[in-house]
Amino acid sequence: MQLEYFHMIDRIVDLNVDEKTIVVEAQVPNASTIFEGHFPGYPLMPGVLLIESMAQASGWLQLGVLKFERMPILAAVKEAKVRGSVYPGDVMSIEATLSHQGSGYAVTEAKIRVGGKLRANSTLTFTQIPFPNADMRGHMDAIAKRVGFPQQAVSP
Amino acid sequence: MPTHRATLESDKYLQYIKGLVMSSTFDQVATIIAETCDIPRDTITPDSHAIDDLGIDSLDFLDIAFAIDKQFGIKLPLEKWTQEVNDGKATTEQYFVLKNLCARIDELVAAKGAGA
Repeated sequence: MQLEYFHMIDRIVDLNVDEKTIVVEAQVPNASTIFEGHFPGYPLMPGVLLIESMAQASGWLQLGVLKFERMPILAAVKEAKVRGSVYPGDVMSIEATLSHQGSGYAVTEAKIRVGGKLRANSTLTFTQIPFPNADMRGHMDAIAKRVGFPQQAVSP
Repeated sequence: MPTHRATLESDKYLQYIKGLVMSSTFDQVATIIAETCDIPRDTITPDSHAIDDLGIDSLDFLDIAFAIDKQFGIKLPLEKWTQEVNDGKATTEQYFVLKNLCARIDELVAAKGAGA
């Protein structure tokens, strides 16, 4: 995880495009400038970054289901709950399911667990847009490689 | 002629049933809009334009589409509609005036029922 670059996801553990589910892993770094302010003497993963992590897990799931034909963009956060704190060094297991695929939008349910314990969950809505340019597409391809996106899961 | 009369009556009956179905679709859609967007239910009429009259923006409309998709078991073809409006092939009134939206919903539900 590289917080400053919003690289939240380290690894795709499991992607099932038929069941429309994904499990990813993300380890919170031990040190980051973010923890210098949030908070001095009590470093804590910010709640918005937990939401971002769930959004990114949901994003990889949609990229899989849509076979990289569209880019999901977070549009709405509903029922987000931070049920317990996440600290530097924690390994988050994030799972997401696609609860509804609409016309140009989707809704997912996501959960973050640390050591098997639920720490956050949310319902997220995304718009799915055509890739705006080749740069972004190339960037997503590069990250897909880095997080071990299973290309065989989306091949015809 | 008895046959003629029977036809007339069944036409009337069909219109009556159609009216019932229409109003129930409208009632459901109006309730969804009222709850999703915090718009007083009594200000929503079949002639209301979702965007121009009710001021629903695209993000709120996503929520409404989600609720309609779920409730009616359909997929509102928002992308197709948007494309048609952008290309000048359709007007927003055809899709976003509520009585028209309800007619589109009924068509989609009927198409689904026919296995299309």
